[in-house]
Amino acid sequence: MRTRRHPRQFLADRWAVAGGVVVAGFLLVAATASALTAVEGQDPYTYHLDALDDTGRPVGFGGGISGTHWFGVEPLTGRDLFAIVTHGAQTSLTVGLAATVIAMLIGVLVGVTAGFFGGWYDRLVSRAIDVLYGFPYLVFMIALGAVVSAKFPRTWLVVLVIGAFGWPTVARVVRGQTLALKHRTFVVASTAMGAGPGHVLVRQILPHLGVTIIVYTTILIPGLIGVEAALSFLGVGVPAPTPSWGRSIGEGVGWVQTDPMFLVFPGGALFAITLAFNLLGDGLRDLLDPRSVRRRPEAGARP
Amino acid sequence: MTSSPQAPVLAVDHLTVSFEADGGLVPAVRGTAFELHRGRVLALVGESGSGKSVTATAVLGLLPDNARVGGSIRLNGEELLGTTPARLRQVRGGEIGTIFQEPMTALNPVFTVGAQIAEAIRAHREVSRRDAGDQVVRLLTTVGLSDPARIAGAYPHELSGGQLQRAMIAMAISCDPVVLIADEPTTALDVTVQAGILELLRDLGRRLDTAILLITHDMGVVADLADDVVVMKDGEVVETAPVLDIFEAPQHEYTQNLLQAVPRLPELSLDSPDSPGTDFDGTALVRIEDVVVTYQGRHRAGAVRAVDGIDLHIEAGEVLGLVGESGSGKSTIGRALAGLVPVTSGRLEVAGIDVAAASRKAFRGARTLRGIRTRMGIVFQDPASSLNPRHTIGASIAEPLTLHSDLRGPALQQRVAELVDAVRLPADFAGRYPHEMSGGQRQRVAIARALALNPALLIADEPTSALDVSVQAAILRLLKDLQTRFGFGCLFISHDLAVVEQLADRVAVMHHGRIVEQGPTARVLRAPQQLYTQRLLAAAPVADPALQRRRRQAWYELTTQP
Repeated sequence: MRTRRHPRQFLADRWAVAGGVVVAGFLLVAATASALTAVEGQDPYTYHLDALDDTGRPVGFGGGISGTHWFGVEPLTGRDLFAIVTHGAQTSLTVGLAATVIAMLIGVLVGVTAGFFGGWYDRLVSRAIDVLYGFPYLVFMIALGAVVSAKFPRTWLVVLVIGAFGWPTVARVVRGQTLALKHRTFVVASTAMGAGPGHVLVRQILPHLGVTIIVYTTILIPGLIGVEAALSFLGVGVPAPTPSWGRSIGEGVGWVQTDPMFLVFPGGALFAITLAFNLLGDGLRDLLDPRSVRRRPEAGARP
Repeated sequence: MTSSPQAPVLAVDHLTVSFEADGGLVPAVRGTAFELHRGRVLALVGESGSGKSVTATAVLGLLPDNARVGGSIRLNGEELLGTTPARLRQVRGGEIGTIFQEPMTALNPVFTVGAQIAEAIRAHREVSRRDAGDQVVRLLTTVGLSDPARIAGAYPHELSGGQLQRAMIAMAISCDPVVLIADEPTTALDVTVQAGILELLRDLGRRLDTAILLITHDMGVVADLADDVVVMKDGEVVETAPVLDIFEAPQHEYTQNLLQAVPRLPELSLDSPDSPGTDFDGTALVRIEDVVVTYQGRHRAGAVRAVDGIDLHIEAGEVLGLVGESGSGKSTIGRALAGLVPVTSGRLEVAGIDVAAASRKAFRGARTLRGIRTRMGIVFQDPASSLNPRHTIGASIAEPLTLHSDLRGPALQQRVAELVDAVRLPADFAGRYPHEMSGGQRQRVAIARALALNPALLIADEPTSALDVSVQAAILRLLKDLQTRFGFGCLFISHDLAVVEQLADRVAVMHHGRIVEQGPTARVLRAPQQLYTQRLLAAAPVADPALQRRRRQAWYELTTQP
């Protein structure tokens, strides 16, 4: 009965549906970025100095919007902005999703074990989480960028670092839920039947964390996409010339007076995708979280 | 009708309540009718889902927004259905006082009890703060609290359940209501406390000439307190009669079945000393010697001794009933036996294996405990929470088998089918989920799971207290049958003496972590030696008004003894 009502409820939540559609659209664009730019006849790396005037400003309306350059061109280089934004979607989503996977893996693993086993291990993990919360990770990443050997692929370094700093929230939530689940009678019953800790964790506790994991994943993704953009904005994210929204925004800020569209396109894309993921995540949480379901009081009920 | 001298205080007529859900209407009450008279107690009896609580909530006008109410509810001739919210607020707490089931949650934990009662008074009357305070003390004295000033200044968590319920009653009668609605007023309380609260309600009804609407599922409480009885089933009234007629000559088949399902205690004789039975031959399945279990308090506040040096034994194939009130430590014993609670000191052996020692060693003991757990099964109180809601019934029953046996595939299915059949559930239930079943069916599943490994010992921790009486009777019958068939030893933990009487060979009575008395069931429950056991037995209400009157007298004498 519950499962049948879910899709209908979800469709009733128009904001969540809109978020889902936008997310799906961005995923499609990212997956077909090369094909899309091929249709336009451009790529994100070629310079088009002929599209610029003497000061390096794009010629024409809205930063050079035309049939050949759909979003106009980048100032100073004349690279096609549509190609940069679509390929930037690829970068953003790859980094955001990969970092989320890492953060969720660490977070769930650490949270579940800390909540379940408790004792000194739990205290140690909880303090580690507190430390990570207070850690100035931006400064750390900038320093790390200077220290790590140049041979290490930069994009994956960014993924690893973002993932390694993204898990504490997840671990905290999962730990709390595990603590509550541990004292539910069916878990005690399983222990009393002689089940070992592994069996109890996998068969009794993990299935109940599924909803939390799904919801937190959708909420974590936009956050981590934002972190990637912030790092690229500061110049320590994915290296040039790989297209990145964050770096484009960083450069666009300087041109906002003369060529505002250079800021609007990548900025708008970043805004749209983070908002869409958040709407989707909120919708999923309302849908799946049993605490948000109101029940009719049972007639003549007693404990 | 309203002008006759015998006019009812509250008249409910053709009351219908249905709830809007999923676009449709689910009927909860269909055409209830009853009348309340001054100084009389009307009991609304029924099992869960019968609509008795919904009826009471409708009288108070407190139903949720999705409820549709029809019919008529008249208070002293004034129609309450469809009146203004302001008038309803006047009625609630003013003319109709309410006593709730859970006194712990009905009172606000951040205010003193006195302040909350004073607030109730000042909500309906123009009185000064000082006068309200005086009135609170007077009310608390009325409800039989011996130290009213201290109670008035206490916070809810500082008082016992019985004291809180008395304070709730004081609040309910604070504005001299003409009607008192008591919704399961003693369900959350121990029997000895319950007896006192029932006595108080009876006394108040008589003294204040209030009409009491008593909502309960307990036929013993009905026999003790009610003058008239309305029996409800599936939202309909099946029978209305004076209390003696209901118990002596129930007309409707449902009432007859309900009364038959109530477990009965034997007549109590307080003055026939028997020789205590000593039949211990040394080959016990469970041997508990001088066991102490302490719970460490928070912030090093000092440990609480839940079990304080007890000796018990269970023979193979024997059912030992462990009886006690809440907090007596009876559930802790059950958990200690399963190794779920570490034993502080003493010997605790199951089938010759020292569980006490294993429970103290975190890592080395785990293997021993896992081994001993193949020899025992546990049935918990609440079947709804003891089954994983995401597993099918078949998977839940198969769990102990997959953990401890090599049965897999068709052989496993075969064994699960056998167990489902043994607890008399239809074979196709194995594919269902817990939420698709009733409470009684879930408890059958829990029993099947506990018996999956043919255990030598079954620990049943209040297995029927979350169930309706008719379901309880069936579960008890099932347990008895299974016990004779498989011959397992059983520790049957319960607060209900009558339930234990049906099943146990021997009974042990616990109080404050100690065994007060133990012996053969017939001896302990018929002719108890210890004062505590006598009080406990006398306090348990039985479903027979005449017999209950005698027991009440006995209880009164016992409690007023020095």
